[in-house]
Amino acid sequence: MRCVWLVLSLSQFAIAGNAAAAERPLREVTIADPFIELHTGPGSGYPIFFVAERGEEIELVKRRTEWFKVRIPRGEEGWVHFEQLTTTLNPDGQPFDLRALGFSDYAARRWEVGALYGDFGGANIIGAYGARSFTPNLSGELWVSQALGRFSDSTMVTLNIVHLMYPDWRASPYFTLGGGVIKTEPKATLVATTDRTDSVAHVGVGVRTYLTRRFVFRAEYKTHVVFTSRDDNEEVQEWKAGFSFFF
Amino acid sequence: MESRFLVLFLTLTLAVGSLTGCGRDRLVRADDTTPPVIEPGVERREIEPPRIDSEDFEVGILLGQISVEDFGVNTVSGARFAYHVTEGFFVELAAGQADTELTSFERLSGAAQLLTEAEREYSYYNVSLGYNIFPGEHFIGKNRAMNTQTYVIGGVGKTTFAGDDRFTINFGIGMRLMPLDWLAVHGDIRDHVFDIDLLGQEKTSHNFEATLGVTFFF
Repeated sequence: MRCVWLVLSLSQFAIAGNAAAAERPLREVTIADPFIELHTGPGSGYPIFFVAERGEEIELVKRRTEWFKVRIPRGEEGWVHFEQLTTTLNPDGQPFDLRALGFSDYAARRWEVGALYGDFGGANIIGAYGARSFTPNLSGELWVSQALGRFSDSTMVTLNIVHLMYPDWRASPYFTLGGGVIKTEPKATLVATTDRTDSVAHVGVGVRTYLTRRFVFRAEYKTHVVFTSRDDNEEVQEWKAGFSFFF
Repeated sequence: MESRFLVLFLTLTLAVGSLTGCGRDRLVRADDTTPPVIEPGVERREIEPPRIDSEDFEVGILLGQISVEDFGVNTVSGARFAYHVTEGFFVELAAGQADTELTSFERLSGAAQLLTEAEREYSYYNVSLGYNIFPGEHFIGKNRAMNTQTYVIGGVGKTTFAGDDRFTINFGIGMRLMPLDWLAVHGDIRDHVFDIDLLGQEKTSHNFEATLGVTFFF
C-alpha cells in the first residue's frame, strides 16, 4: 500500500509538471522541407491527418520517444517523426540541431541502469544494477540480485569494477571483478536450517552491444566464490543476459 | 614660375605635415583601439531556445482481481513504472499485492489451516518488456477521438506467497487508452506462472490477473 501512496504523490508531481509545461514558452522552428506530415498519435501506425508546408513556423510542444508533438499556426496539433524535423530551421535561420540519440551518446554515457536475468548455480536469478562510467573503458557498478532456487533463495549485493575492452566498438567484450555479501534463506518447506550471510567475490567476462537510442543489450558469465563459515568455500557459476539504459 | 611655386608649396605642406605628425597620426589611427564614431546598432542576440519537454516515463497504479490457484479470486492493488524506449518497445517495472482467501479444503474441513495470516499474503514484483503491437483510435461520439495502444508484455519476477519467494514468469496483453497525451487508462490481462510445492507435490501454478490502471507520462 505504501508504494501506492508513493505513486500517487509521484503522479501529483507529474500533473504539476504538465501544468507548468503549458505555460512555458515553446521552441519554434521553420519548416524547410516541402512539407511535413502530422500524425494523430506518436507512432508510425497512426494516420496522417494534416500536412504543414515549407515556410510555416511550428511550435514543438513535447517529445515522446522519436516523435514530436507540434502546433502549427492554424492551431492544429499533431505528432511528427523527428526525421522530418531534422531539416527545419531555428529562428536565426540556422538548421535545427536535432539528431537521434546514437552511438556517440552511448560512448559519452555517464550513468547506466539495467536488469538481467539468468541462471545462478541452478537457481533463477534476477539482477538490477546502477553504473557510473569513470573513463570510456572503466566503470563501477552496484548490483542487487535475487536468486530463487528449489531449496533456497539468496539476495546478493555486490560492487563491481568493469573494464570494457573496445569502447569504440558497438559490441565489445568486457572483464569484471567484484565482491559483496550474499544472504541465503533455505526454503520454508525444509526443516532445521538457518539463514546465513556470507562474503562473496567474483570474476567474470561478458559482452555488451549498443542497440538503439538509450538501449544496450548485455550478457555475462561470472564465477563466484562464497566464503562460507564451513571448511569449504562454495563456488557458484552465473550466466545472465538483459538490457540496460544509459543517461 | 607657377610650377616652382607649386613645388615649394607642396614641399612646405609636406614638411609641416610631417613635423606636426598629421600623416603619422592618420597612420596610427588605422589600428587604434578608440571606438569608431558610429557604433553599429546591431547586437548579436543570444538565444537560449526553450527546452523541449520529453515524456518517455510512465508511472501509475493498478487495481483488479487476481485468481490465485487454490486460494480464490482476490482483490489486487499495485503500482507500475515504465520507460518507453522506442515507439514500439517499453520496459515495465510492476509490483502488486493481494490477501488470499481460504481454500475450499480449509473451508470444508473447518479447523485445518494450511497457511498463517502472514503467509496468506500474495505479493509480487516483475520486470517486463512490452511491445505496442496495435496503435489505434477509439471514437467517442461525433467529435472526439482517443488514441489507444494495444500491447503484448512478458517478463520475469518474484512472487512471495505461502512463506516462500517463487521465481515467476508473467505474460499478457493490455491496452492503453489515452484521453490526454500525458494520461493513460490501462486494461491488462496477465498470467503469473510459478512452481509451488505447498500441497506436498510440486506443480505449476497459473494465476490470472485482470487489472485496471491509471498512469501519467512525465
